[in-house]
This record gives sequence, C-alpha cells and structure tokens, in this order.
Amino acid sequence: MARVCPFGPPAEYAALRASEPIKKVSLKLNGRQVWLVTRYDHVRQVLSDPAISANMKAPGFPLQLQIPDEMVQAAPLTLFHMDPPVHTVHRRMVIPEFTVRRMEALRPHIQRIVDDRISSMIEHGAPADLSSALAVPVPLLVMCELLGVPYADREDLRRWGTQVTARESTPEQQARIQQEMGAYLAKLVAEKDADPADDLISRLILKNREENQLELADITSLALVLIAAGQSTANMISLGTLALLEHPERLAELKADPSLMGRAVDELARVITIADTGGTSRVATADIEVGGVVIKAGDGVMASLNSANHDENVFPDPDRIDFHRASNNHLAFGHGVHKCVGMTLARLELEVVYTTLFERLPGLRLAVPLDQVRFKSDDELVYDIHELPVAW
Amino acid sequence: MRVVVDRERCVGSGTCVLTEPGVFDQDERDGRVVLLAAGPPRELWETVLEAERFCPTGAVTVTED
Repeated sequence: MARVCPFGPPAEYAALRASEPIKKVSLKLNGRQVWLVTRYDHVRQVLSDPAISANMKAPGFPLQLQIPDEMVQAAPLTLFHMDPPVHTVHRRMVIPEFTVRRMEALRPHIQRIVDDRISSMIEHGAPADLSSALAVPVPLLVMCELLGVPYADREDLRRWGTQVTARESTPEQQARIQQEMGAYLAKLVAEKDADPADDLISRLILKNREENQLELADITSLALVLIAAGQSTANMISLGTLALLEHPERLAELKADPSLMGRAVDELARVITIADTGGTSRVATADIEVGGVVIKAGDGVMASLNSANHDENVFPDPDRIDFHRASNNHLAFGHGVHKCVGMTLARLELEVVYTTLFERLPGLRLAVPLDQVRFKSDDELVYDIHELPVAW
Repeated sequence: MRVVVDRERCVGSGTCVLTEPGVFDQDERDGRVVLLAAGPPRELWETVLEAERFCPTGAVTVTED
C-alpha cells in the first residue's frame, strides 16, 4: 500500500476500517498470511493483550525484514522484541532515564545542539539539505549527551548516523557502519564500567551492579537501541517541517501562538505516523477474540498505527491537521508495554527544533517543487524522506 | 473522584505526567508513576480521565467516591 498524500495514510485503510477491520492479508515480502488490524479500538486491544507477543523468534511472527531464519534465531532479542517478564526487567532499567523531569533538565543542552546545527546550516548557505544538516544530527547528538559519549567521538557518530541513512549507502556499507557503531559502544561501555561518570550508560552499569540482572553486552545493546530508536525523531523533524511548509495557514497559526507547539507536535505525529506496522508486528500465543474475529495461537498480527490514527470514529476529519482537537490520544508512539520509552524526549526535541527553526529562518521554504522531494517507502519500517532541500 | 495507580503495570512512558502533572508524577529512582493526589479537585477531573484513557498499560484507574 502506498500513501496518497505524503503526509497521510494509504487510501486502502479507510475502506478496510469500514468493511473488514480485521483482515487476513499477504505479506509483500514473502506472501505469508497475517491479520491486519486497522480500527483504533482494536489496535489498542491487540497491543495490550498479554496473549500477543512481540518475540520475533516465535513461529508465525510476521517479520518484515529479508533476513534468513537462522540469523533471526541467532540474534539477541532487543527491547522491541522481548515479552514480559524479561521485557519488564530491561525496560525498568531505562525508564528512570527518560522521566519528564529528567528530560526537562536536558532542554538547555537540546537548545544548544539545535542552535549550533542551524548556525552551521546558515553559515554553509542556501540551499541546504535539512535532513542531513539538522534532522539526522540533532537526535544523535542529544543521545550522545544523554549516553555520555565524549565530545571528541561525537563527530564520528554523527558521520556514521548520516551515512547509515544516506540514499547512496549500500546495504553492505550500512551493515559495516552498524558494526562499527556497535564496536564503538561496546568499548565505551567497557570504559564506563572501569570509570563510571554521571551519564546514562554509567548509571545503568552502577544500577546493574546492585541488581545483577544484565550483562555488559545487554547494556551495549540497550545503548544501540536507544540511538536507533532516537533516529525516528530525525524523520519527524524532516517530515513535520515539510508538512508545516506545505500548510502555510497552520504554520502561520503556530507562529502567532507559540503555546500551540505541544499540540502541534502531537498532531503532526498523529497525521504523519512514521511507524505504521514496523514496530507493531506481533504473534498470538493463545486464541484471542478481537471484534468478533478469532485470532488463533501462532497467527501473525500487524496493528496499523497509521490507520488507527486516522480512524474517523476517534479523530473527526482525520486527514486534516488541526491543532485544536479536543482530545488527541493518538498512537504514534505505540501502545501497551512497548510504548516508546523516549516519547518525552522526542516531543521535547521536536518542540525545540520546530520553534527555533522557524524563529531563526522565518523565510524557510522548500527549494524544489514538492513532487521532486523523494520519500522513502513505509516498507522500510519507518517512513522518511531522502533529502529535504530548503532555502531561506 | 478516587484515583488508583498500579505501579506493577506502569511502564514509565510519562503519558499521565504529560497529561496531568498536578496529579501524576514519576519516582526519580524507578521512573514509575507516583500519585500526587488520590482525590483530585474537580477542575482536574477532565484531564485525570484523559490520563486514565491515555495510559498505555491501564495502570491508572478512576472511580467515583
């Protein structure tokens, strides 16, 4: 299924919600049959049912990646694919690091990072690729700050981050960069283990010494997951900026009343919903009933967040960007025990970026016609843009 | 209105704190929900009910007095 408008969902979802909200479909990748769940209430039900597993190694799991099964079975499970009670142990290690209070304390650091990137973009002059100049580096540098990556190494990570998402990178190059990042983080974790400082990785190490639940390799894996997951903020920086440029009346509204920014961040996250089924593929471990349909143990399930976020029974006129919705309980950050652990951080970064960008570059505009902007496909698990050429 | 939180179900997403910071907070040590007011004033009822609906794991329950 393809998006009709770059900011909205594929057209098929509206028809599915109306006629067959829980439907067996074939996976494009391998033709396997899975249940596609498209209504808001059903998506929430599926994602909070204890008989629905995120374990990608379980038989029947609808993996959307072209990886041989022996590699899937050999790979360690990341936080995304663990089930309780193991998931609970790992998740509880990181949640104190992302509290609302802790993220608010990070605001001046985020502001400084955003200011620096925008200054550097202005220095280089227009036109600029907003994606590589701002969107990709900001979440990466913020995560470096949080994790405690030394300043001297941040440029390496920024380069790796840009290369890993670049269109010209081959899968081999991407795999190599990921390996380099993994090796770097393993070394960093070992250094912090020997000499802990005041940062996220050190706190995890010290806490683990008391609780003894994880190996150092688990902490490296958590750090990698946080960096990777943090990069979805980059996609929302690019796509959200573009959506505002393409909806000048909404942008004008936001400039006139900056207090709307929090609502704007949520509404853009809802309308665009960059992670549709990429993070919400599951497998049933027991028979369950959803909306009158029996999903049998071993059946694959995909809960469409993009469809749920455009369910007209919950969001009237769902494709419209509206900063004044009475209640915006969108699912862009997921639902259930896997709901994004970095949601508060992502929202804060987006607030700071959109606010600062349009303050400092009030004349910001797209440097090419919209139809020349190249969008990635939702098949890549998280929707994004290749480049965002802008001028000001 | 009575509010009850289940810290065992809580996954610390911060959703309730962002929705109604006058009633919900997070424990600094474990990041999980802390209730600031079990019987919140009437002017907060609407956002407390939102926090109940928004919670990703059903860790917030609201009942009548």
